[in-house]
Amino acid sequence: MAIFADSGTRVVVQGITGRDGSFHSRQMMEYGTQVVAGVTPGKGGQKFDDRVPVFDTVEEAVREEGATASVIYVPAAFAAAAICEAADSGVKLVVCISEGIPVLDMLKVVPYVEDQGARLIGPNCPGMISPGQTKLGIIPGQIVEPGPVGVVSRSGTLTYEVVWKLTCAGLGQSSCVGIGGDPVIGTNFIDCLSAFEQDSQTEAIVLIGEIGGTDEQDAALYIKDHLSKPVVGFVAGQTAPPGRRMGHAGAIISGSSGTAEEKIATFRENGVEVAERPADVPEIIAQALNG
Amino acid sequence: MNIHEYQAKEIFREHGIPVPAGEVATTPEEAEKIAARFGTEVVVKAQVHAGGRGKAGGVKLAATPAEAREAAEKILGMEIKGLTVQKVLVSPAEDIKHEAYVGAIVDRSSGAVVLMASPEGGIDIEEVAAKTPELIFKEKVDPRYGLLSHQAQRLGYKLYAGDPGRARQAADMIQKLYDSMIDAGASLIEINPLITTGSGELKAIDAKMNIDDNELFRRKEIAEYRDVESEAPEEVAARAKDLTYIKLDGNVGCCVNGAGLAMATMDLVKYYGGEPANFLDIGGSSSPEKVVTALQIITSDPGVKSILFNIFGGITRCDDVANGIVEATKGIELRVPITIRLTGTNEEEAVKILEGAGFSAMTDMDEAVQKAVALATN
Repeated sequence: MAIFADSGTRVVVQGITGRDGSFHSRQMMEYGTQVVAGVTPGKGGQKFDDRVPVFDTVEEAVREEGATASVIYVPAAFAAAAICEAADSGVKLVVCISEGIPVLDMLKVVPYVEDQGARLIGPNCPGMISPGQTKLGIIPGQIVEPGPVGVVSRSGTLTYEVVWKLTCAGLGQSSCVGIGGDPVIGTNFIDCLSAFEQDSQTEAIVLIGEIGGTDEQDAALYIKDHLSKPVVGFVAGQTAPPGRRMGHAGAIISGSSGTAEEKIATFRENGVEVAERPADVPEIIAQALNG
Repeated sequence: MNIHEYQAKEIFREHGIPVPAGEVATTPEEAEKIAARFGTEVVVKAQVHAGGRGKAGGVKLAATPAEAREAAEKILGMEIKGLTVQKVLVSPAEDIKHEAYVGAIVDRSSGAVVLMASPEGGIDIEEVAAKTPELIFKEKVDPRYGLLSHQAQRLGYKLYAGDPGRARQAADMIQKLYDSMIDAGASLIEINPLITTGSGELKAIDAKMNIDDNELFRRKEIAEYRDVESEAPEEVAARAKDLTYIKLDGNVGCCVNGAGLAMATMDLVKYYGGEPANFLDIGGSSSPEKVVTALQIITSDPGVKSILFNIFGGITRCDDVANGIVEATKGIELRVPITIRLTGTNEEEAVKILEGAGFSAMTDMDEAVQKAVALATN
């Protein structure tokens, strides 16, 4: 088991002929991901690396090759449209690696994807990996191992750091999901926590948050009420400067300053253990698994 | 990207939101002339990308042109939260009978634009929200339909209950405020205070707008509002190379790939007894040139006593970073020690490149941070 994607997931890559898309498609295939099709409008009929058929539209990729998930590496200007196209073409999982999508566009994209019955991960995220099975995105395959720990994170390289430390400590992972750092995203912490709770392979969960917003606080309350599996939190940004904040609307709407202190306190109040350093995560997880 | 009050007011004017007249001055003489042209009492306001400007003394009333000159002398060159004031906005002073608050923001948790209004506007609005949340009225906008007119009306009547004339004016203004936000690609827009004048007119006497950086590629006219002179010069230099840099007052200069890891590195510097001198994210696909710029920016900060590189290679290739470090330090003698931690993509090549140039590299983050902190404090 794993969450959201496994060895049976059939992937179409949108933007497969681009610089990032081609590099990471090869990396995904090397890892074992079933990349069954690519999409680059105008290049339909070509083959990527002499083996993966390229189509003009996602619809064709679904019809001809049975794609069930899409990974998006297209420039920001086309990324919102690419997400909607994927969701409208029948894939159930859309992972958007592309960054730079205007937030006002994402406000429309997120409900649209939901209405099509698809799940969006991202945008502006490293994607996800189910170790030993498949990877959709850019998380380096060599730092993970299959195992019992579910990882969900708002960040990219910090996730790698924590996952690598887990792997070095002999603690493999069920799935690692980078949900992205943008203000408006598809899948959030709670969606992942709920999926890990249901997943039989997952025995403990690491949640990596950072400053800004109230997603970590919402997650803490959800954990208290809905999770039976142990969760370890980490929050980056304790030394981040308060900034030259303009306007009051942010503080008024959330009633929160979004600081690391506040997030850490909310985790602890709700029974979630918080690691002080990334290096402390494996030990706390090991104790939770043995305890 | 933050824009100045006078720029946001231009956008307001284009959308038909009533704002006071006003002109921008960069010298006290100009401020005096503008005040003389208006021929009334004026208010002189610092134009700076920092909140809390009124409390910092950046807003002054002036009864005469000579006083306007004096006020501008005091405000121009003033530092507010580390930024130097380069411009003031001079506007006729208004006859204020009442102050309300109106704002809109992209709300992360509801995934929608939320409009907010309060009849208790002014500089203490956050306190109003904390202590009397029942005085903050909200409308969530469904992105599929945009702001519906009954929502704007509902807010108008909540702001000015018992005064249908003002309620209707306010509803019209709120609709225009929402349109300004969408047209400019703003993630935050605010009028505080929205005043009622002695003659019962509503006016926006302040204006704040934060533009989503991701909108700038398709809104050239808004992108031109960027005022690089009013930004910290190191931050401008960093942005030109696609780096994100924020200066702090510490002794360990940090250069990291990825924002989350950069923050975690800074936290660890503090954990081991040092103080981070900056936040610097070299981003995903880092070229050697980016690393050269990063090192130049860090070393230009006299507070830096030790430099720490923390790179977890994914898309970022460790050999690119290594080449950048070697390139940047060629021909110049580093005045402070440098600690390099690299792991991940092309780590072995990177170590060879660094060792060839006389540097050593570490692989563990905690050990590297401890070493960098020790070097900074010795």
